[in-house]
Amino acid sequence: MFKVFIPTLALLFQEANTGRWAVIWQKAQHPDLSKFLIFGALLFIIGVAGVLTRRNIIVIFMSIELILNAANLNFIAMSRYLQDTGNVNAVAGQIFTVFVIVVAAAEAAIGLGIVIALYRNKETILIDEIDILKW
Amino acid sequence: MHRYIWLVPLLPLAGAAINGLLGRKFRFSEKLIGGIAAGSIALSFLITVAAVYSYTFGSQAMWPQTYVTSQDGNSFTWIPGGAVRLTQGSEQRTSIKLQEEAEKKRASLPPEQRNEPILVGGVSDSSQGSVLNVEWSYQLDALSSIFMLIVTGVGLCIFVFATGYMHGDPGFYRFFAYMGLFMFSMLVLVMGSNFLMMFVGWEGVGLCSYLLIGYYFDRQEAANASRKAFITNRIGDFGFALAIFAVIATFGTSQYTGVFAQARNYPLEPLGHWGLLSWIALGLFIGACGKSAQLPLHVWLPDAMAGPTPVSALIHAATMVTAGLYMVTRTNVIFQHSQTMMMVVALVGAATALFAATIGITQNDIKKVLAYSTVSQLGFMFMACGVGAFAIGIFHVMTHAFFKALMFLGAGSVIHGMHHEQDMRRMGGLKKYMPITYLTFMAGWLAICGIPPFSGFWSKDEILWNAASTRHIPVGWIVWIVGVIAATCTAFYMTRLMAMTFWGKEKFLDPPAGGEADEAHASAFDKGLTMHDAKLKSAGDRPRHEPGEHVGHVDHHVHIPHESPRSMWVPLAVLAVLATIGGFVGISTAFTGGKHIGGRMNIVTFLDPIIWNPATSYFGSHEIVDSYGKPLEGTVEMHAVLGTAELQVPEVPPPYGTEGFNLAGAIESKVHNETGTEWVFMAISVLVAGLGIGLGFLFYVKDTSLPEIWATRLRPLYQASYNKYWVDEFYGWAVTRRVMDAARGVFAFDSKVVDGAVNGSAWLTRFSSRVTGITDQYFVDGVVNAVAAFVMRLMSPLFRAAQTGFTQNYAFVMVLGLVAALGMIFGADILGWFKR
Repeated sequence: MFKVFIPTLALLFQEANTGRWAVIWQKAQHPDLSKFLIFGALLFIIGVAGVLTRRNIIVIFMSIELILNAANLNFIAMSRYLQDTGNVNAVAGQIFTVFVIVVAAAEAAIGLGIVIALYRNKETILIDEIDILKW
Repeated sequence: MHRYIWLVPLLPLAGAAINGLLGRKFRFSEKLIGGIAAGSIALSFLITVAAVYSYTFGSQAMWPQTYVTSQDGNSFTWIPGGAVRLTQGSEQRTSIKLQEEAEKKRASLPPEQRNEPILVGGVSDSSQGSVLNVEWSYQLDALSSIFMLIVTGVGLCIFVFATGYMHGDPGFYRFFAYMGLFMFSMLVLVMGSNFLMMFVGWEGVGLCSYLLIGYYFDRQEAANASRKAFITNRIGDFGFALAIFAVIATFGTSQYTGVFAQARNYPLEPLGHWGLLSWIALGLFIGACGKSAQLPLHVWLPDAMAGPTPVSALIHAATMVTAGLYMVTRTNVIFQHSQTMMMVVALVGAATALFAATIGITQNDIKKVLAYSTVSQLGFMFMACGVGAFAIGIFHVMTHAFFKALMFLGAGSVIHGMHHEQDMRRMGGLKKYMPITYLTFMAGWLAICGIPPFSGFWSKDEILWNAASTRHIPVGWIVWIVGVIAATCTAFYMTRLMAMTFWGKEKFLDPPAGGEADEAHASAFDKGLTMHDAKLKSAGDRPRHEPGEHVGHVDHHVHIPHESPRSMWVPLAVLAVLATIGGFVGISTAFTGGKHIGGRMNIVTFLDPIIWNPATSYFGSHEIVDSYGKPLEGTVEMHAVLGTAELQVPEVPPPYGTEGFNLAGAIESKVHNETGTEWVFMAISVLVAGLGIGLGFLFYVKDTSLPEIWATRLRPLYQASYNKYWVDEFYGWAVTRRVMDAARGVFAFDSKVVDGAVNGSAWLTRFSSRVTGITDQYFVDGVVNAVAAFVMRLMSPLFRAAQTGFTQNYAFVMVLGLVAALGMIFGADILGWFKR
């Protein structure tokens, strides 16, 4: 029995240490920071491009949300990375994210309110028709 | 016991502090205040008596040496270390000699002791060197003994009297606080062992005098008098302070022992030679003139009678005004070096004696008469000092303290009994009503007139005899003649005072006739002068009148005089006894075969050690009796000599030369007998006293119309005397008016020139600010606006074009900014990538 069982166990342990799933698990435990940063940067650029190019205020809002979420992603990634490198107390980024979400929600509420007010007055929400703030 | 003399000034100070600080707050009763005040003085007096006895006769008697408290090793440096260089004076050999001696001594000491001061010639060499250390220590010697006894003894009588006299005064505690403070200052003055302590006491008594003259400060007259006294004294103090500076600069110390030991060896400065010591003596004498009311500065003393009567008795008759005498006698070695100053002292004294005595003849206020009498007697004392008889001067200080304090207190008793009347023209016949006051006053009267055997006779006769026989100054005969005339006047005005006050008609019973006396009385009354000192608030027992109501008609309330209470007449009796027998301590040598009998009990012998003898240039008549200079050798033997045998006064004429006319010498060459000559002069002084009294009787008892007649016949003289020779008016014109003019001139300068300059500069500032404002408004602002307009015109199209109003343009700019910022931060890295 031992002739079978022990090698099996050993194999299992080896698999647990070096096998494919183990590698996946370990990589999940220790994600690669640069990928997150690249993803965040892409999100940010998409958001900025949206803000600069779209005419509809609602879409601009959505783009702004993208920018904020890109920032959030960076916070989370950095926080996780710092924890991973040994600083178990590096939770500031995560807390900050919560704040950003809250602020974004508030901002969205106010912004949508303004949009509704705008629409009631000017019957449009296209941003290139709303240029009266320069006066 | 003489080690405890530091208690003597301290006790009155403590009493004054208790009364002054707590008396009002805790509402001390009059008995308590009076008890504290008189008790502290009594204790001081007892300690003084014990100390003087122990100093003079005790088993450890130090007489004739000087005892200074710091001698016992517990010295207290009062003003430590000031650098004083011996720069003044042609004669520094004393100090140089002493310093050499000290150096020699120092070289013989082991090295570790060489830095300590060394005693040379009785004084520490540290006081000879360049560092001035002033110590607070008391000195007990013959002179301070006598003054301490006078101050505390007569002071005690007056304090007791004052508890009765000031009864009912709302400021009772204040009065006794000032009086105690005065006693402290006076005792510091006479007990201090150096010039600076004397100065502290000097200023202290001046301050207390000021406070007490102005005791009724709500009365204009008193306030003015106190200011007058203070300011007049400042003039004298100026000279005194200069003299002290000169003493310190010359001798390098202010300690008497140090100064006199050096001054002893300075050369004599004959008549007309103004050497260093003459100038010092002049400064000192100016100070003495101020304090002792001598001729140019006498004006404050009669006015000082505005104070309560016990103050007049204590301060302005018995003690403070004799401080000048104390100072002159203390520094007699300096004065005797300068024959010029001796003559000045004698002549000023003689002039003052005659001057004040002639004024005293015509005054009607009882206290004014006594005040001028005091000035006159002080003149007699200075006369004695000026002719070299310092001990006799101090003797007269003592007898004068007795009889003048007695008469002032008697006058206070009369004023009290007369219900606060001071004008003698409204008195008379008081002997029936105030028998004790009358009897005691009579002792004072006989004493001041110079009737043997009352105390005043002995001292005044000795003064006149010394004036006639002096070899210190060549004009002794002038001094003698002036003194004799002044003595006649003294006897005359004192008899007048007795007659107007105690004898004759009871004028207070008369309804006012509306004459000069009543007018004077009325106007004085309107000014609030005749009210009782103590009952100012309640306006005495008279109704107050409107000014002018008295002319021609005066409400008259007859008040029967009454004898004073016991607390007032007991001091009078004590002083009367002293005034009667006090003169025997200085009994004339004519009575005792040319010798001073009684050993140390004789005031002349007792004072001998502090009087410098120009013939031997030592202190005292004997070389061994040297209290300041040479350390005494064979002290035990000396005491044996002094205890058994009388002090022999060697017949060495003072080395002043023999020019001038010597009256006594001239007579002596006729009668060939010194004692006989003295008898002649004594007969003359008794004769003139009798003459004065006789004239007084004739004028004011026998034929009371005579004064009127003679006042009319000698109208100019009478007017001059009655108006005090217009000295006050002259000073008012020559000094006060000039000072006021100067003040007005300075004020005009201030208001016109200084204020004008200030206002002008203010105008200038306003003007220049207006100019600046206009420049600013039109020029600077114009430039700024022009630049701004130019910039606006130029730049505005550009900036306007930037404001499109499209949100996305702004966002684009933001992104551009972001890219630029990133480029600035990471640009180098990015370029690096491209290069790689």
